[in-house]
Amino acid sequence: MTLPVVIDIKALDQLVQTLAKDRQVMGPVRRDGAVVYEEIQGVDDLPRGWIDEQEGGHYRLKREGDKLFGYTVGPSSWKRFLHPPKQTLWRAGGGGITPEPIAEDRFAFLGVRGCELAAIQVQDKVFMDGPYRDPHYAARRENLFIVAVNCTRAGATCFCASMDTGPKVNPGYDIALTEIDGGLLAEVGSDAGGAALAALTSRPATEADLAAAAQGIKDAEGQMGRKLNTDGLADILKDNPDHPRWSVVADACLNCANCTMVCPTCFCTTVDEVSALDSDEVSRENRWASCFTTEFSYVHGGAVRPGAKARYRQWMTHKLGTWWDQFDSSGCTGCGRCITWCPVGIDITEEAAAIRGEGG
Amino acid sequence: MAIDGLEKIVGGHALFAGLGDAFLSTVSGCAKNVRFAAGDYLFHEGDDAAALYLIREGHVGLEIAAAGHGRMTFQSAGPQSVVGLSWLVPPYRWTYDARAVKDVRAIALDATCLRRKCDADPALGYEVMKRFMPTIVERLHNTRLQMLDVYGTPS
Amino acid sequence: MAHPADMKTDPMVPVLAQITRKHMEIPGVVTFEVEAPGWTGFGPGQFNMLSLFGVGEIAISISGSCHDTDRIVHTIRDVGAVSHALTMLEEGDTMGLRGPFGAPWPVAGAKGRDVIVAAGGLGLAPVRPILYHLLANRGDYGKVTLLYGARRPEEILFEQELGQWRSQLDLDIEVTVDHAAPDWHGHVGVVTTLFPSADFDPDNTTAFLCGPEIMMRFAANALTDAGVGTRDIFLSMERNMQCGIGLCGHCQLGPHFVCKDGPVFDWATMRPLMSVKEL
Repeated sequence: MTLPVVIDIKALDQLVQTLAKDRQVMGPVRRDGAVVYEEIQGVDDLPRGWIDEQEGGHYRLKREGDKLFGYTVGPSSWKRFLHPPKQTLWRAGGGGITPEPIAEDRFAFLGVRGCELAAIQVQDKVFMDGPYRDPHYAARRENLFIVAVNCTRAGATCFCASMDTGPKVNPGYDIALTEIDGGLLAEVGSDAGGAALAALTSRPATEADLAAAAQGIKDAEGQMGRKLNTDGLADILKDNPDHPRWSVVADACLNCANCTMVCPTCFCTTVDEVSALDSDEVSRENRWASCFTTEFSYVHGGAVRPGAKARYRQWMTHKLGTWWDQFDSSGCTGCGRCITWCPVGIDITEEAAAIRGEGG
Repeated sequence: MAIDGLEKIVGGHALFAGLGDAFLSTVSGCAKNVRFAAGDYLFHEGDDAAALYLIREGHVGLEIAAAGHGRMTFQSAGPQSVVGLSWLVPPYRWTYDARAVKDVRAIALDATCLRRKCDADPALGYEVMKRFMPTIVERLHNTRLQMLDVYGTPS
Repeated sequence: MAHPADMKTDPMVPVLAQITRKHMEIPGVVTFEVEAPGWTGFGPGQFNMLSLFGVGEIAISISGSCHDTDRIVHTIRDVGAVSHALTMLEEGDTMGLRGPFGAPWPVAGAKGRDVIVAAGGLGLAPVRPILYHLLANRGDYGKVTLLYGARRPEEILFEQELGQWRSQLDLDIEVTVDHAAPDWHGHVGVVTTLFPSADFDPDNTTAFLCGPEIMMRFAANALTDAGVGTRDIFLSMERNMQCGIGLCGHCQLGPHFVCKDGPVFDWATMRPLMSVKEL
């Protein structure tokens, strides 16, 4: 295994340039008051010196320090690229059906956090490991290069430590970075990552560098604003479909579907028929869908889950419970987005504790 | 001899299976064999509920008529089932028509006779009531399901 | 039966299937026979996703015989925008078709046993492949009973075929309707009223149920009350199916994707889930 090295910001920029030669490099940028993921040209695009302040229903950016990756996670997630909000499946016109060409996107993601890498791996199971695959997702995934970042700061809605997904990223990356004073500790996770790193100017990491990185990660772990007790949780949720707490949360829930849109693992889609206005061409598209809408469960005659209580219960029980039955993992990686971006601040960790019978 | 045969028939019907000799003999005292040809009515809506019928063979259609809807069969009763529950409760009057769809052989139990015997012996009354209750509850459940019109086209 | 691993094409992309025969069953219900390129057959209980371009796509079970490998038979009720448009198609027209999807009825597991098939309304269509299979392999099974409930005599599906089957001595068929005009000489009442007179050995019976959920629930309870095991009773569930391959998420029922893990499930699995409201 290649030993960890330390690179400086200039070398990181060089990495972006190298990756950009045959890939779209996607990374964090500051836009409309939030850190979102977009195509970047270099390190200058990164939100250096900005951190986020998060709480239930609250997100603000503010200036603090000069770290590249001082922010935690924003409203967008990498699923936007691998499992885009709209995916054309095929087009029909002139009597024939033309399958949409398999996606040829070659992405490199810069700044994938532990919770996010875990979320990508959760969606891998959904789209690639079952009896049927999503060929577009699989193609994008196979072409993906991941530069992960170990968090050295956690937000108030973070709970990856409870989900064993962070703040230190688990394997699955090509390169993992940890921001330390005077540079970035870089660890190799794949042959491609090793090759990319070898081409950069670097120095071997010292004991002090490793200790600094470890301390940063430890600090982040201590800063987690939320905790989720997962012990036996799947069964507790599945065994309590009539718990009174579901009605309490349903009264607060606006059914806006924000939680499902920001969630990096939520994968549901609706198959839409799209007719062109200016020709006889029709196409079929997969679009992100949310189990918080009534039409989501529609069968002729009406919705299976007409009540808000049933819909919230479906989402949370699926995420933390039945996901295990389906994919042998949790559907939650502890990123906290659903808490932050809920307009009324509904907190999945608080709801889970309440169903368990603690606090709430 | 005739009574013995009748007791055997009454005791052989699902409603009174395992009733016990003493009760069976008492109940059978109210019983007689009846036959209805296909198309004959066992009784009509509004008539006094003077008898109830334990169907042995054939089918009986329970019908109700409504203006604009014509006559409609809402329930059929075949072998081993009971036709007539209104004899149990005042004012002892039929609320639907019962018509033999196919030739029917049945036991008719005289309602006045059976009520009097049940009143005279509460133990018998309770036993008879217990045996009628499942049919009453089942009809109620089934009516509820029919009311849902589960096979209908949702609007 | 096609297995996903054998599929060379994207399961989300349909083929163009041509209608070779159209038959009006009862008002609002049409049976189509179609031919589709690349079709390799199906298992009884499986479904296809049928579509009309520019209108949409719906899941429709296959109502024909799995021994008939060329024709694909679908019986469609006109209940929504897509099904309405499909029922308007004529012979020679094409529709989009992908499939077959879903877990079939476990007919092989019922070999040597008595079989009860109980269906309600249009639920007779998804179980018809079972009956074709049982008739084609009659010697492999014990007593076979079909109990069918319809809304009115005029809405009895496959009536002619039921008549033909009824004339066979080795098949017991009972039909009941919810209400009828007096000229109807058959049973009137819900389908569960047919169970007490059905002849089967509860310890050695497999039951296949298909119809509205509430009908299947009552039928399954009537069968368990009669002593049939909860793992020997199978139901075909209906949920919103959009992809048919377990990727879109709409058809979830507890831990199950109805399209991929079902639509056929046993009663032991379904009972606890069906008792929860709005699951």
